[in-house]
Amino acid sequence: MVEPKYPTVWRRRHLLDLESLTVVEINALLDCAEQLTTAYNASSTKLSLLNGRTIANLFFENSTRTRNSFSLAAKRLGADTIEFSSSGSSTSKGETFIDTAKTIEAMGVDAVVVRHSTPGTSHLLSTHLNCSVLNAGDGPHEHPTQGLLDILTIRQKRGRIEGLTVALVGDIAHSRTARSNIWGLKKLGAHVIVCGPATLVSKKWEQFGVEVAYSLDEILPRCDVLNLLRIQFERQATRPFPSVREYALLYAMNSQRMLKSKSDILIMAPGPINRGVELTPEVADGPHSVILQQVSNGISIRMAALWLMLGVDGGAK
Amino acid sequence: MEADRNLSWLIENGRIIDPSQRLDRVGRLLLIGGRVAALDPLDGDIPADCSRVDASGCVVAPGLVDIATELGEPGLEEDETIATGTIAALAGGYTSLACSASTDPPIDTASDVEFVRQKAAKADNARVYVIGCVSKGRGGEELAEIGSLVEAGAIALSDSPLPMGNTALLRKALEYCLMFNRPIIDRPEVRSLTRDGVMHEGLTQLVLGLAPMPAEAEDLATARDLRLLESTGGRLHLNSISTAGSIDIIRRAKDRGTIVTVDTRIMNLCFDDECLRTFDANYKVNPPLRSRRDVDLCLEAIADSTIDMITSGHQPKSLEKKMQELDAVPFGVTSLDTCLAQAITYLISTGKLDWKRAIDCFSTQPSRMLGIDAGTLTIGSPADVVVIDPGVNWIVEPHQLRSRSRNTPLLNQTLKGRARMVWVGGVLKYQLAVA
Repeated sequence: MVEPKYPTVWRRRHLLDLESLTVVEINALLDCAEQLTTAYNASSTKLSLLNGRTIANLFFENSTRTRNSFSLAAKRLGADTIEFSSSGSSTSKGETFIDTAKTIEAMGVDAVVVRHSTPGTSHLLSTHLNCSVLNAGDGPHEHPTQGLLDILTIRQKRGRIEGLTVALVGDIAHSRTARSNIWGLKKLGAHVIVCGPATLVSKKWEQFGVEVAYSLDEILPRCDVLNLLRIQFERQATRPFPSVREYALLYAMNSQRMLKSKSDILIMAPGPINRGVELTPEVADGPHSVILQQVSNGISIRMAALWLMLGVDGGAK
Repeated sequence: MEADRNLSWLIENGRIIDPSQRLDRVGRLLLIGGRVAALDPLDGDIPADCSRVDASGCVVAPGLVDIATELGEPGLEEDETIATGTIAALAGGYTSLACSASTDPPIDTASDVEFVRQKAAKADNARVYVIGCVSKGRGGEELAEIGSLVEAGAIALSDSPLPMGNTALLRKALEYCLMFNRPIIDRPEVRSLTRDGVMHEGLTQLVLGLAPMPAEAEDLATARDLRLLESTGGRLHLNSISTAGSIDIIRRAKDRGTIVTVDTRIMNLCFDDECLRTFDANYKVNPPLRSRRDVDLCLEAIADSTIDMITSGHQPKSLEKKMQELDAVPFGVTSLDTCLAQAITYLISTGKLDWKRAIDCFSTQPSRMLGIDAGTLTIGSPADVVVIDPGVNWIVEPHQLRSRSRNTPLLNQTLKGRARMVWVGGVLKYQLAVA
């Protein structure tokens, strides 16, 4: 078994966003994810890289897949996990989120994995806590491990990111996945298109070198990858398009649209998917779909993220 | 106290700046019996027992005047009290405040006005003038008893920082106030465009994913307010202007002869929306920190008097309120303690604002708008005077703040300049402890 090698370029204790990472750091995370998965698959037991470490899942917003993915990643590295979840804002409980996090930290954890509906919450916790902080999604701001796992999936399928045309389709305004993908993909040299209803796709993205499109049918023949984002009904104060039916008419990936696409197009979705809204079942389950590979890669990326953040001091506790 | 009032003071060697008299020169200012007695008095006119102050290197100016200052009472004592707010005011060089009606309950009856005035008299720090509500309970539905409020001493009417969302009510209020010659102070904002908003809509907001507050929300309400002002002939003050669009609309209105007064807040002149990248809740203010272009145009508008004055935007909030998630955190910064130093550090030292216009913006113009006897050093006027040391560096340590709250992004920053001595009605109310 090849022992995974801790990348010498890594210096960070927190993973808060992809916007601030360098190309070298992003590649280090992706490579590390592959190495850890190879090592885990070759081993008959869990790895022992994070033996004796404790990781807290601190979820202020509902999540099933990301939470389980982080838990499993921690366990495969030999760490212990504790789970804390609370829906609703801290005010409804009469405790601030900072106090909640400090309480969990005082139980002796080495890292907290934080999900919250408000942008910046994990950044703020990283300034208030002594342990490592991993952002598992902060409102519409960023979801760095999701961005990384999407990029890893594309890299595995295509062998590269540079020069590819990747379209993010749907609710860009409220999507943390979109933002993390934009930063990560741009840094690695992809051409990124954001596509969706004009009320959810700001023209201002052009100022960051991102192409803005309203018609999926027009861009479809050029795309190597489609990442179909979930409509975030829960983050919309008023519905930004007339009906779900109209949205599906304009943006749902279906069999007819598959015919207009490149023959090797990759269909991705961060999930959970609304079948019939963002994509039809035959596309979700079809040969171009890599949705389940994204889920597996999620664990690899989170193993890498946990190990890198916690191993920064040479593994010393 | 009566004995104090008979004291006389001679402030010597300072640079006396009084925009009301277009005065800016080194000289001597004599205060006797609570009033300004003379500028450059003859030696024979100076009382023998006069206390002398050497103001070398300092600016001597009429005490600063703030409007729409939140003083916490009644009901929000966890944020501020009239006693703490008025001490913070003195330490910041302010001698008069017009306090906001945004209390709990709001100041919408004569007895509320009397309560605030009594508390202020008891505190006996800076002078406090009371702004009454335009609408009952600040509900925006029906007029408060404006006549009674004015009779009890209200000098202006405002629901600010809540905007006058109800256009018909604003029109009615502008007409009704014609009887009392009192200004309506409105914070122009279309709430349906800013609901749940956290920060200025722009590139930074796009990246951070925080809920947007578009500039049009202010522009549209500004245009509406001015149109209503022109048709009613009332008195209107636009509170906390911050956008390029509303400045353009106001400039055109002033050019065609519309009489309106306008303020902007110190925060909107010093910081832009990039500050929110820290996710520091102390940068969450309303109006939100705008783009760099808006900030530059606000400064330009100060220079050409499209914007008449600068306010502190003092909105103290207790620590537990500011420790919440960014979308739940209330808007506001505590500002009275630091506003003057912030202006010196960020605007005057950098050449963006000259001293004469600064004193005009912080003292003379707000006094005129409120119609109070302040903002001037003319002979016979009340001796509300500040001596400002423009060169002293100080660190904004928590214990330095006299306000009950600590919600300011300036905490632990080094600022340049601060008030050294402050007189209210000829009585020395504040003196900076010598380090």
